[in-house]
Amino acid sequence: MAIYRSHVLVCGGTPCLLKGARTIRDLFQQEIDRYQMTDEIRVVETGCLGPCDEGPVVIIYPEGVMYSRLQPADVPKIVENHLYKGRVVEELIYKEGKAGREQSGPPGVTLEGEKYLDRQKRVVLRNCGRINPDSIEEYIANHGYKALGKALTELRPEEVVQMVIDSKLQGRGGAGFPTGLKWSFTAKTQADRKYIVCNADEGEPGTFKDRLIMEGDPHSIIEGMAIAGYAVGAEEGIIYIRGEYQLSIERMARAIRQANQYGLLGKDIFGSGFNFQIQIRSGAGAYICGEETALLESLEGNRGEPRVKPPYPGVAGLWGKPTVVNNVETLANIAPIILNGPAWFRSIGTESCPGTKVFTMLGDINNQGLIEVPMGITLREIVYEIGGGIPGGKGFKMAQTGGTSGGCLPMEYLDLPMDYDTLAKAGSALGSGAMLIIDDTHCIVDVLKNFMRFFCHESCGKCTPCREGNPRLYEILTALSAGTATQAQIQLMKDLARTMQLTALCGLGQSAPNSLMTCLRFYADEIAEHLNGECPTGVCKSLATKSEAV
Amino acid sequence: MEMVKVTVDGQTVEVPNGSTILAAAKKAGIKIPTLCYHEDFNVKAMCRICVVEVVGARTLQAACSQPVSDGMVIITNSPAVRQARKINLELLLSNHPQDCLNCVRNQRCELQALADQLGVQQQRFHTKTRPESPKDESTAALVRDPDKCILCRRCVEVCHEVQSVGAIAPGNRGINTQILPAGGVDLNDVACVQCGQCSLVCPVAAIYEQDHTERVWAALADPEKHVVVQTAPAIRVSIGEEFGMEPGQVTTGQLVAALRRLGFDRVFDTDFTADLTIIEEGHEFIDRLTNGGVLPMITSCSPGWIKFIEHFYPEYLDHLSTCKSPQQMFGALAKTYYAEKAGIDPKNIYVVSIMPCTAKKFECGRPEMSASGYPDVDAVLTTRELGKMLRQAGIVFSELPEEEYDDPFGITTGAGVIFGASGGVMEAALRTVYEVVTKETLPSVDFNAVRGIEGIKEAEVDLKGTKVKVAVANGLGNARKLMDLIKEGKADYQFIEIMCCPGGCIGGGGQPIPTTNEIRKKRIEAIYKADAGLPLRKSHENPAVKTLYEEYLGKPLGEKSHQLLHTHYTKRGKYPEKSVG
Ligand SMILES: Cc1cc2nc3c(=O)[nH]c(=O)nc-3n(C[C@H](O)[C@H](O)[C@H](O)COP(=O)(O)O)c2cc1C
Ligand code: SF4
Ligand code: SF4
Ligand code: SF4
Ligand code: SF4
Ligand code: FES
Repeated sequence: MAIYRSHVLVCGGTPCLLKGARTIRDLFQQEIDRYQMTDEIRVVETGCLGPCDEGPVVIIYPEGVMYSRLQPADVPKIVENHLYKGRVVEELIYKEGKAGREQSGPPGVTLEGEKYLDRQKRVVLRNCGRINPDSIEEYIANHGYKALGKALTELRPEEVVQMVIDSKLQGRGGAGFPTGLKWSFTAKTQADRKYIVCNADEGEPGTFKDRLIMEGDPHSIIEGMAIAGYAVGAEEGIIYIRGEYQLSIERMARAIRQANQYGLLGKDIFGSGFNFQIQIRSGAGAYICGEETALLESLEGNRGEPRVKPPYPGVAGLWGKPTVVNNVETLANIAPIILNGPAWFRSIGTESCPGTKVFTMLGDINNQGLIEVPMGITLREIVYEIGGGIPGGKGFKMAQTGGTSGGCLPMEYLDLPMDYDTLAKAGSALGSGAMLIIDDTHCIVDVLKNFMRFFCHESCGKCTPCREGNPRLYEILTALSAGTATQAQIQLMKDLARTMQLTALCGLGQSAPNSLMTCLRFYADEIAEHLNGECPTGVCKSLATKSEAV
Repeated sequence: MEMVKVTVDGQTVEVPNGSTILAAAKKAGIKIPTLCYHEDFNVKAMCRICVVEVVGARTLQAACSQPVSDGMVIITNSPAVRQARKINLELLLSNHPQDCLNCVRNQRCELQALADQLGVQQQRFHTKTRPESPKDESTAALVRDPDKCILCRRCVEVCHEVQSVGAIAPGNRGINTQILPAGGVDLNDVACVQCGQCSLVCPVAAIYEQDHTERVWAALADPEKHVVVQTAPAIRVSIGEEFGMEPGQVTTGQLVAALRRLGFDRVFDTDFTADLTIIEEGHEFIDRLTNGGVLPMITSCSPGWIKFIEHFYPEYLDHLSTCKSPQQMFGALAKTYYAEKAGIDPKNIYVVSIMPCTAKKFECGRPEMSASGYPDVDAVLTTRELGKMLRQAGIVFSELPEEEYDDPFGITTGAGVIFGASGGVMEAALRTVYEVVTKETLPSVDFNAVRGIEGIKEAEVDLKGTKVKVAVANGLGNARKLMDLIKEGKADYQFIEIMCCPGGCIGGGGQPIPTTNEIRKKRIEAIYKADAGLPLRKSHENPAVKTLYEEYLGKPLGEKSHQLLHTHYTKRGKYPEKSVG
């Protein structure tokens, strides 16, 4: 298993297929193999990308560059320049307006195929791909800023907070903390200044949901932030956007300018006396800077490292002032909740976790990309219905839910409903909604080694268990894959993993061993086989495969 | 204050709301092991050694940072707690050189003590996962040994928050994290003032003073050398702690006896040149005050402070008194006046200082500090190094008799003694300036307003018509505040005393470990006790100083004084050149 630096999404919508998208896809793979970037870049066929007249269409992430009208001869150019040398091939870039407005949405993977349409429910992606993100008029025409108007003119701040509490919305950034409760802490705290920070750092490998929302519907975030500001008494908002997301930064900046021109940001909005302004800051790049207190440190110009909590940001955050930190997707839910009411929101999803969730499907699954579905959908539905199953007729081995910090769930958990509570109980997490599907040709030990390498790299180095523990977990797993581990080391690994979960300073170190802990539980046999010098999948080259051993 | 009830291992205790679990446990008689925690600093809670169970919490909680709440049930000694603490410690140890027998902190090391306390008896993680780094011996005062660093960041805290210098900071990430001078260069190539406060709070041997003990042993063993030693005012109230005595004992007589037993030819007192400093500096101040010189005048006896102003406020160097520090005045006189008097070739005189300070090691190496043609001072031992030498010599400090200093530099006053505490130089100066200017006897010699550990103190003195406003700062963070006031034109003081280290020299970077603010307070009390116990309390009453002027110097600020006792400063800037230092 590898974590890829880039994804090439080849549109697999019918119009593109008819124009030779499969050939383009195969050519990409061929060229990438030729440059020996197979382990770094993943070519994926995905659902319809939107501008069907411009096919075949390809999007390259994380940059989000869309190329259109591709001919076979263009592929080597893109691979050499864009993927190998890092230079975008300008002349092949998709230009908006070449095709009609309907198809000119933002780059995004929205899986429009009819098979999944009925399972999908769009709340946060309501406008993505449907309206022109650079046009505030179109946003307004689709009920945009109505919720803000309602809040400012009809509701008192505490009523807004109460609506969000009643909606049972939980933060979509990872921890699933109840948003209304979070706001209430900040609303209660007296201070001369308060802040709303939108967390758009999105460091989770392979995930790009926040990017899609920012690029597809930037005004929904502005509206959510302004409502949050009104609710808690903050007049300043900051969007902290991952530095690589240049297009997001541009789109958000344009949207903020437009909102200011329309008087939807700035002084005395809707004549209510409420002032709110938003600035954009771009992130330094480290995964840990997505952790809310590390993000605040980074905003203050310090080394991006988590702070000791308490105090929580809601009470003492940016520059020591009460600060609400919310994820992009969380904020995109706010306007619909205010407009349609908490009861409407609670009617979607499950009882304890209402609403929808945007999932990113990654790994060994036919339809990779983003979906928005009601909370509580099962893993089986995601993998086999929406995801179109596992490629090459291989078997399902496990799914890592919640991104790199999530746990791994085996076959027996395919019918588990996906929501914050249930997954936490199963030893995993819903996290930001990244869903990595792993087929049965992969070796558990090898997969875990890759996860641990990620955490060794991303640990900020502040606290002992994470800084020193991750390299030790990696070390023992390496010994396991080399056939030199002992039973005592396995026990030590368990104790260490538990210690990290119990004592690390922040969520990164606490959840780094989640995948390991779940695999120790669900794949004890496979690990025991490694101890005995066998790797059943044959991935660990220094060990015997089962068939050889027999 | 609102009190809350919490249960610690079954005992109920009442503590103020907002107290940490650590404090609550202490009240219940339980000392939770800590490593990164330091009672004087902001809590960083990074080592994760102090973890405890809080009933109902998902994870273990760091006792040093977690506030209690009413009804909290805390368990400090469960199997889960013991295992977690031990594993976190083992993780640290696995990347730590197992070098105790060769280590300056052997038996005085918090990590070592913790390994014993938590019952570590075997290494379960074998290999090093952290890249090794060479020692940094670039500065005159300090050695950094990054391999021994356990990343508790106390040094960073003291350097940034207390001293406002910011010479060192965490760099790199993950397992490659290190505490580094900015930009990863040598410590000598950043604006480090060599105060050694970092070495005072380091729990291990990752920052410590440059060793001068070997050169002192060699000088003592050299029959050609006449080895004289001077003891700074602050040593007499702290050296006992090196031998397990309670902080706050005055051990002047034992200190003299101990040094004599080590083999020094003469045991002198820096208090003598402290008195001399007051005469010179006092007259300099009177001169500036009456002849329109640069004011406020700022004291110059603290070498860490001098280096600080040279780096951070180089445009204000003319505010500094031109007086050398007492250590350097002593050295200059030892190799001139004393050499002549005793009939010894200055070349053969070896001057050793016992100082509470690491920056003194830097100061004695400054090129301008060799008035006789030889370095004024040849070796500087910190209080800790003296402790080490006495232990090596098998001298049982607590059983020593009290002995007297040698003449002529052993005759001192209380004014010289109080140099060891913040406010002392100011108080000593005022005692003399008042009487010199007004020609009247002070009604009371005690200027209580400038005493104590508080960061910035102010007082006003009426010199019979001329009002003098003075300020006293200790710790460079406070010095910075005063300098910024001067910069903004808001300082209406005429005279300022600045000491680099918190509490003054009694809290210096070369003092016994631990040195905390509580311990500082006890040493300060001891200093004023020593002052009050002396027959003479004013520098200008020191008969040996009077003789010195009569026999040798002539008059304060005279030509000889200028040659031997005064100095000049160097503009350094925040980003020093490689060669400066
Ligand atoms: C290591 C780590 C990385 C994180 N990265 C992100 C991120 O990229 N984006 C995000 O919104 N939240 C991230 N979080 C979660 C934030 O700390 C925080 O909980 C979240 O922004 C709160 O918003 P919410 O309540 O709307 O979910 C991360 C947390 C951890 C521990
Ligand atoms: S858990 Fe890891 S990332 Fe979080 S503070 Fe500790 S070292 Fe840094
Ligand atoms: S610092 Fe402490 S633990 Fe480390 S070698 Fe020295 S004495 Fe031993
Ligand atoms: S000696 Fe002083 S200035 Fe230098 S690093 Fe240590 S604390 Fe900072
Ligand atoms: S040098 Fe010492 S005080 Fe500084 S972080 Fe390392 S161990 Fe802690
Ligand atoms: S002493 Fe509490 S975390 Fe280090």
